[in-house]
Amino acid sequence: MAEALNTPTLGSARAGGPPPAGSTTAGSIAVAAESTVATRMSAPPSFDVADFPVPHGREEEWRFTPLERLRGLHDGTAVATGDAVKVAVDAPEGVTVETVGREDSRLGKAGTPVDRVAAQAYSSFTRASVVTVAKEAVLTEPIRIAVHGEGGVAFGHQLIELGAFAEAVVVIDHTGDAVLAANVDYVLGDGAKLTVVSVQDWDANAVHVGQHNALIGRDASFKSIIVTFGGDLVRLHPRISYAAPGGEAELFGLYFTDKGQHQEHRLLVDHNTPHCKSNVAYKGALQGQGAHAVWIGDVLIQAAAEGTDTYEMNRNLVLTDGARVDSVPNLEIETGEIVGAGHASATGRFDDEQLFYLQSRGIPAEEARRLVVRGFFAELVQQIGLPDVEARLLDKIETELKASV
Amino acid sequence: MATLEIRDLHVSVEADNATKEILKGVDLTVRQGETHAIMGPNGSGKSTLAYSLAGHPKYTITSGTVTLDGENVLDMTVDERARAGLFLAMQYPVEIPGVSVSNFLRTSATAIRGEAPKLRTWVKEVKETMTGLQMDPAFAERNVNEGFSGGEKKRHEILQLELLKPKIAILDETDSGLDVDALRVVSEGVNRVRETGEVGTLLITHYTRILRYIKPDFVHVFAHGRIAASGGAELADKLENEGYEVYTKGGASA
Repeated sequence: MAEALNTPTLGSARAGGPPPAGSTTAGSIAVAAESTVATRMSAPPSFDVADFPVPHGREEEWRFTPLERLRGLHDGTAVATGDAVKVAVDAPEGVTVETVGREDSRLGKAGTPVDRVAAQAYSSFTRASVVTVAKEAVLTEPIRIAVHGEGGVAFGHQLIELGAFAEAVVVIDHTGDAVLAANVDYVLGDGAKLTVVSVQDWDANAVHVGQHNALIGRDASFKSIIVTFGGDLVRLHPRISYAAPGGEAELFGLYFTDKGQHQEHRLLVDHNTPHCKSNVAYKGALQGQGAHAVWIGDVLIQAAAEGTDTYEMNRNLVLTDGARVDSVPNLEIETGEIVGAGHASATGRFDDEQLFYLQSRGIPAEEARRLVVRGFFAELVQQIGLPDVEARLLDKIETELKASV
Repeated sequence: MATLEIRDLHVSVEADNATKEILKGVDLTVRQGETHAIMGPNGSGKSTLAYSLAGHPKYTITSGTVTLDGENVLDMTVDERARAGLFLAMQYPVEIPGVSVSNFLRTSATAIRGEAPKLRTWVKEVKETMTGLQMDPAFAERNVNEGFSGGEKKRHEILQLELLKPKIAILDETDSGLDVDALRVVSEGVNRVRETGEVGTLLITHYTRILRYIKPDFVHVFAHGRIAASGGAELADKLENEGYEVYTKGGASA
């Protein structure tokens, strides 16, 4: 049964009001032949930056990104400055933490760079962090990775690998100021369970571009929570593929895009293997002039991937004029023998009528706004399943609201 | 005794780059315990009166005064008016995605009462009021007005009326779009509030049907942005038989 083929929920602006000015929403379900995902790549995936032309900005994969704000990451002019970024790993027992050189054979197994900046990162890093959880080790404490920018340009690479039936939670915090291009590989052994929370809480001038590749083993489950608050420009590219049947991926994201910020999340779930599941849910709030959020959700169901069950959703809440959302869900299906496939995208705005309604019930304007934004995110935050992370995110949302509304 | 006094109220809206005067000198006094029906044809300005009193930003007061117990209502923000004791049951209440009815009601009651209601008594109070309005308890977990039917929206408005206990309640076409059963249930809710004797009610309607359930003390005919005639409940019967034509024909002569 292929739900999406019968009742495509083409991404559409939700009823109940006109979409805000400057918001675009698109959606498509392609069947076989024409692949939108393919058109999103100017060159085949490669570890070598020389295989990618310097983008000019009109390419499908770059057209939403302000190249001039990449600070040279895209054209080879950004050169690493020593110790621009410090990485500290705090891991409980049962975890091996190593710093390795480029030649380490474990690197790059989860995926190949698909754009020039990811390839630049892979071509330029000198040392990589490798965090390994032994097979069958079940961690009771999270692994905490602090990535702190000290100013300057850095290229990085991280590998987090779980042996068969290992279970771990990883919290990665990005703070400080940096121009960083870094890729992360997640490799999950059979039956492993990995939850990763990646928080982008950068200072206002930071630039962070990265590709996150997860390779999910047989019956393994991967949960990713990407939280982007800070930075001048953040462009992340989480990509999922399955090494064997039975894998599950849950990809949650939350962003709060303020005045002048560019926050871009480009996801790909490649259902290349039968009987795997994926569920994608990203929510963002925007406020202020020039706030720009981009969400690209590509889901491929390859011909071999019978029994796939997938759903992806993106919702945006525009709090003020002058903010822009580009939300593009895209589902490509090469087999009808699936359990379910669907997608949805909606951009709504916190409008004067909502404010009036809440105020007319005695609720002051500030509190009304907080109520709406908290409610919007709460539903997603509750799915994270890590109480301390949930509490911290809700706090952070409050702070964001206080800061600039 | 709470009194809402409207004196020579003139209200304009901006439309298509032009200013249009909608209310052209409204005079009305509503006291606690009284029920005033305001009836009139579409476009006569009834809803403008309701939204102007609540403070909707779309409307500009060009002259006149509105006081509640002597306090200048027009100087208050929308939420201040609500906390002062004004309530507007809206004809088309807006959806608030992500905010549950229960969270909304409690936040609102906290704002109006000046302190958070005690959880145990509050839960009971909400549940009993919902039962009175024949609302499923599951309703409280839905998002405010999201996917509500017309009847559910009106019940939700009256639920708030019952819980917030305003001094002056303005009901803007609460009867529109309701079938007879829903109209009866909603009217009973309004009557429960009226029976306390502590609310002054301004019932805005196009039809006399709701007046069979909610008996007004005064009936005012609204035409051309002002009150064209006032009387007792018998005026509603006259309107039922003769329609609004006699009031709309003459134009806006002062």
